[in-house]
Amino acid sequence: MTGEASGAARTPQALEGVKVVEFAVFAAGPMVGKHLGEHGATVVRVESRTRPDGFRVHYPPYKDNIPGLNRTGSFALFNDSKFGVTLNLKHPQGREVAGRLVAWADILIENFVPGVMARNGLDYEAAREINPSIIYLSSCNMGQTGPKAGQRGFGSQLTSQSGFTYLTGYADGEPMLLFGPYIDFVAVGFGLIAVTAALDHRRRTGRGQYIDLSQYEAGLQFIAPALLDHELNGVIPACLGNRSPHAAPHGAYPCRGEDRWCVIAVHTEEEWRAFCRAAGRPEWTEDARFASLDARKAHEDQLDALVEAWTRGRTPQDVMETLQAAGVPAGVVNRLSDLFADPQLAHRRVWRALPHPELEAFHYEAPPFILSETPAELRRSPLLGEHNARVYREILGLPDEEIERLIADGVIE
Amino acid sequence: MTGADQPLERGGTDPRAGARLLAPYRVLDLTDGNGWLCGRILGDLGADVVKIEPAGGDPGRRIGPFCGGGPRPAESLAWLAYNANKRGITLNLEAPAGQDLLRRLVHRADFLIESFAPGYLDGRGVGYRELRKISPRLVFTSITPFGQTGPYARYRGSDLIAMAMSGLMALVGEPGRPPLRVSLPQAAMWAGMHAAAGTLIAHDYRERTRRGQHVDVSIRDSVLWALANAPAHWSLMREDLERGGTSIVGRSTTGARMRAIYRCRDGHINFIFYGGEAGRRSNEAMVQWMTEMNEAPEWLRQKDWGTFNVAASTQEEIDRLEGPFVAFLLKRTKAEFASESVRRNILGYPVADARDIRGDPQLAARGFWQEVDHPELDAAVMYPGPFARCSGASCAIVRRAPRIGEHNGEIYGGEMGYSRPELETLRQAGLL
Repeated sequence: MTGEASGAARTPQALEGVKVVEFAVFAAGPMVGKHLGEHGATVVRVESRTRPDGFRVHYPPYKDNIPGLNRTGSFALFNDSKFGVTLNLKHPQGREVAGRLVAWADILIENFVPGVMARNGLDYEAAREINPSIIYLSSCNMGQTGPKAGQRGFGSQLTSQSGFTYLTGYADGEPMLLFGPYIDFVAVGFGLIAVTAALDHRRRTGRGQYIDLSQYEAGLQFIAPALLDHELNGVIPACLGNRSPHAAPHGAYPCRGEDRWCVIAVHTEEEWRAFCRAAGRPEWTEDARFASLDARKAHEDQLDALVEAWTRGRTPQDVMETLQAAGVPAGVVNRLSDLFADPQLAHRRVWRALPHPELEAFHYEAPPFILSETPAELRRSPLLGEHNARVYREILGLPDEEIERLIADGVIE
Repeated sequence: MTGADQPLERGGTDPRAGARLLAPYRVLDLTDGNGWLCGRILGDLGADVVKIEPAGGDPGRRIGPFCGGGPRPAESLAWLAYNANKRGITLNLEAPAGQDLLRRLVHRADFLIESFAPGYLDGRGVGYRELRKISPRLVFTSITPFGQTGPYARYRGSDLIAMAMSGLMALVGEPGRPPLRVSLPQAAMWAGMHAAAGTLIAHDYRERTRRGQHVDVSIRDSVLWALANAPAHWSLMREDLERGGTSIVGRSTTGARMRAIYRCRDGHINFIFYGGEAGRRSNEAMVQWMTEMNEAPEWLRQKDWGTFNVAASTQEEIDRLEGPFVAFLLKRTKAEFASESVRRNILGYPVADARDIRGDPQLAARGFWQEVDHPELDAAVMYPGPFARCSGASCAIVRRAPRIGEHNGEIYGGEMGYSRPELETLRQAGLL
């Protein structure tokens, strides 16, 4: 595959031999394929040239701020470690070729609004006719059924329907955005879990599976305690800024430099005493206002003002190192640039700078779990249609003349 | 001990369970709140998950909010939510005999998941290096704040630390005001979910090769994906995006910010102008609704959304566009927007709270909520339902979270064959 170091001794990969076809767009579908691909599955991403993935077209960042189908960072980040082919699914012969990919695959991933795959003749019933043991993942905002199933939507808004936005903000203030499509990546994790479990089940039983994943319902797993609080106690949990009922001091505090911040989280009395010593303020441990968690919570504004007076003269790195050395949870509010200089992320090889013909060196992102025997190997994201020959000729075994005819007929775009 | 040589049976399946994807497997769950979700997910998929707690119970049981508002240990809502579908036993890992008990449990386990500080289990002779000798096929998953090794491996973590160090907080909140986390802890959710994914990938390899492995999950790294495409901005543009408050940033090459949170009559709505074909349809549908209510100015009705390029839009253009939408949405309710946005296929949703979610007809129609019996509360409680629907298997809750040591008799007695007097001896020795 592209970007693979040639000649290097290969470690085994966990999902070698697993075959995946993706009819998917944006993040929620393609990211599942990425995680399978980086662990060794052969993943074929089917794309349209006439209606390319939105992340190839109208989403910055672009390399040098110049748009282009192979110049977007979002497409790259979510589509490494897979082959890319183009196919016109509106063309009857396109569907026929897609059917061959379905026959080849163990897993099919799609994340269109319900009904699209059926219109393309590729819904679960059709796929099962071709490949009775296929594992078919449908991931969409609201699930395949119910009165809202047909509503289109994106994760940046669904994150609000799922309660996350309401739970984010300054106390008594407006709800704050969680930057982007937070919930998409929750759905990615649960989608990955469902297909890998289904794969094991199929290996033992020979039976496939249809998986209806509502991104909304997947997201609600992350706020289950808030839903139970409403159910059992009639409470509607709201945003608290950065405060916690279980810790004080607990917040983001300003540091030296422009818009630089650190975080400090003191949960126990032991941590509180260690914090006071490390900050050079042992007298705070004698202060009746701060003598217990309850007392610190009752005087939290005063406490925060004192903590802030201490952090303001220091860099966030200095605060983190000083307090961590004393056993107090503290950290830097990392900006994007800090993440790329972070020694721990470097140690875990999270960022993989791989050469790309149009992006030069792009930083791909490895998963947050490291498998000791079969660590992830990332290969750069495909250019649009880059692997048409490889997939149609070598994987599907189509003769050259048929491929040429499909290109001439606009089937392979 | 007469029970020592008895084979373990894989108990714990419930007749209500139906077909479950991971039914043949057993998980030993030694996690605290940082890893509960991982075991819960494996349990939802049908694995026999045995939650192993210290004698006094998992400390996370005592972290509120609680059922009934007051501190009633064993009834922390997070405990209840993330330990359903598990059985529970107690075990003292500090005592050598307790470590022996764990080794015996490992003989017949397929997975072990834990969230102790790096080196803690190694120091007690039950880390991965030791346990793989007992069971080379064991998949052993560790969940820690920063990972097992590296310069920050010994750093202390918490939800706030992970949210900050992941970079997410720098992107959340008003410019000029402090960066924000989500008020409900999220880092352990990201970690538990990713741990389950990594565990199952390792499982797939194990089932082909009979080789287990160590899955090393970093909680901070798990939150990195919550940043979505933000890291690409640095990679391609060497750009530190700033937090946008209620506006989305990074959507236009001009740097324009776009409002996404609008006030409405009873709260807020999340709506944004999208580009592309989906955006055109949504924007047109929104203007059509405004037109029907006589609230769309003439210039807006004339706007050609087919040529609207969100990726090149300027701040001036966006500010002008927003005006009529701000005024229009201020007069609508969350429920009104929810139903009209479905009917008209508008890309947007209300900013829902727990009550809105509980009342959402979509979730009711899909039978999402699941009633779980809680005899000790004298109540049946509606829990959020499964994370996915599988055609040939159930992911439903088949048992509520265990009480402390609830299954000691069932597992140590029934499955491992310890007699009642032997169990009493173990208990008195402080092992259970």
